[in-house]
Amino acid sequence: MSEQIPGNDLLVVDRIETFIGQFHILENVSVCVPKGSITVMLGRNGAGKTTTLKSIIGLTPPREGKIIFDGMEIQGKQAFNIANLGIGYVPENRAIFRALSVQENLKLAERKKGDFERKSDFIFELFPDLKRLYKLPGNHLSGGQQQMLAVARALVPENKLLLIDEPSEGLAPILIQQMMEAIRKLSETTTILLVEQNFIMASQLAERYTIIDDGKTVQEGLMKDLIEDTDLIHHYLGASIKTRKELEMEHESEN
Amino acid sequence: MAEKPVTQKAVKKPMKVKEVGFLVFIALMALLPFVLNLITGTGLNEGVTKFWQGQLIAFFIMAVFAMSYDLLIGFGGILSFGHAASFGGGAYAFGLLMKHWAPNFVKENPIMLGNTDLTMLVVLLVVLLVVLLVSVAVGLLFAVTSMRLKGTYFAMITLALSTALFIIIKSTDLHEWTGADEGLHGISLPVWLNPTQNRLTVYFITLAFLCVSYLLLRRFVNSPTGRVIVANRENEDRMRMIGYNPVTYRTIAFVVASIFAGLAGMFFSIWNMSATPTMISAVTTVNALIMTIMGGMGTLIGPIFGAAISQIIQQFFYTWFGARWPLIFGVLFILIVMFLPYGIVGTWRLQKGNLREGWKRLLRLFTTKSEAEAPESGQKPPSM
Repeated sequence: MSEQIPGNDLLVVDRIETFIGQFHILENVSVCVPKGSITVMLGRNGAGKTTTLKSIIGLTPPREGKIIFDGMEIQGKQAFNIANLGIGYVPENRAIFRALSVQENLKLAERKKGDFERKSDFIFELFPDLKRLYKLPGNHLSGGQQQMLAVARALVPENKLLLIDEPSEGLAPILIQQMMEAIRKLSETTTILLVEQNFIMASQLAERYTIIDDGKTVQEGLMKDLIEDTDLIHHYLGASIKTRKELEMEHESEN
Repeated sequence: MAEKPVTQKAVKKPMKVKEVGFLVFIALMALLPFVLNLITGTGLNEGVTKFWQGQLIAFFIMAVFAMSYDLLIGFGGILSFGHAASFGGGAYAFGLLMKHWAPNFVKENPIMLGNTDLTMLVVLLVVLLVVLLVSVAVGLLFAVTSMRLKGTYFAMITLALSTALFIIIKSTDLHEWTGADEGLHGISLPVWLNPTQNRLTVYFITLAFLCVSYLLLRRFVNSPTGRVIVANRENEDRMRMIGYNPVTYRTIAFVVASIFAGLAGMFFSIWNMSATPTMISAVTTVNALIMTIMGGMGTLIGPIFGAAISQIIQQFFYTWFGARWPLIFGVLFILIVMFLPYGIVGTWRLQKGNLREGWKRLLRLFTTKSEAEAPESGQKPPSM
């Protein structure tokens, strides 16, 4: 495990154990998210990354362990109370409200009156498409537009921490770039905990990483160290994952 | 600075078809008794004119009941088989007070303002307040049940609760108060509110009740709270993770729906001058469900159509088919569900884009034809 800045962590997930029904999904997961950083959770499919995010937000509360957000223990609290502490969650399945318009989806996320008016310029700067589609119902949007709306909705209230689950899933390459830019801009004002399968995207965005394997935290540290460690990447994230370095080498040999 | 999207306030919108339709509906309904009076030559309070006023009074009341059910099932996604408990609760609260409390109170405590006797007005206001309180209590009872149960289990519990209330109302121990099986008859009403003596007044009161209820419910479902209720229907977990407690909003939906159902029940007991156990039974809830499904769930206007169709069908089918009318109605209901899966209004809203497109294509066909003929007659085709 690598260096941490003590006392600077906005979120500390400390050895949580989560069950879904009778299944023991998370056995020993620990994650630290320093203030103002982008931290990415990596791991194979089914490793427990999404369950970790759901445990933090309170949708699948942990049975054991602690979750400390901004100095306060939040495990066991109701999901809506946790969200109101200033945690925004963008789930992986483009969880918008399809019966509501883009406007209504965004307005719904207001915690204080006028939240949306205050943030609208910033949101439409990040996702200009949403301005054009403002009055359309959610079910008329494409997959990428729905993903943008889901992220935009988490930006409406003043959140200290954003949990974003697989923002690039199913997006066209051009939209992935747009999403990356948006997340980078967001990180200037908000701390982000990201789950991302696209290693190239994750490595370009995050400063820190945590690898989860089979419901346990197996490695965490600085992203710049992980990028160099091809063996570790292949061991935990699969042989098919290519690092930026490997891609560059391939590119050079092709030329 | 980024350009702001056009908000609803920024542009003065022309009147929508829905609003024009609503105004036309009010005008038609307001004029109908007088038109019937002119056509048939019978007085406003007799014969055919009086009969149709009665049919329409029942329709106005049932339309509000169906709209209140639509708020639950169509907007809130809550399938309750106990909605009649609110309807019957309102009816019995009104009936019990007007029969057992009001007559003595009026005799013993006259309230005068100068020469004007305000006793009955005060009595009616107190009774209205009690009806509202009973409706809120019934709404809360069902909301509490829904805290832990969902879907089929919740539907079954609501059915059980409603049936329990039905059995209590029918119990012979309460015969002196509720009339048990026979129901509560002989509710005393002031002359101006008596549907036998003053049907036209009751007609306009219930028409106003329908119009005001529609406007209030429409405003409610389009309000931020209403939108949260709709979002709750889609996914409660998503609501939790953006900071809403779904239980709170489900409770609001129950209470609001129950208030409108309770008021509808009160008017129904005025119209019948009685309250019967049937009003509280599951059959009454199923009637509201049928009206809502026929008209279109989640549309508000749909249940009004549903109530109108149901009322007309009940009247004519009974005349045509006698006691077998529910069988024919069942077949008709199956056909409506098969061919209009989202109800009349719901399917219309879904299909109107296609219909408009088809109409335009048809017009284009004729326009193209005339354009093709134009050069032959020496005229230039219109420039694009």
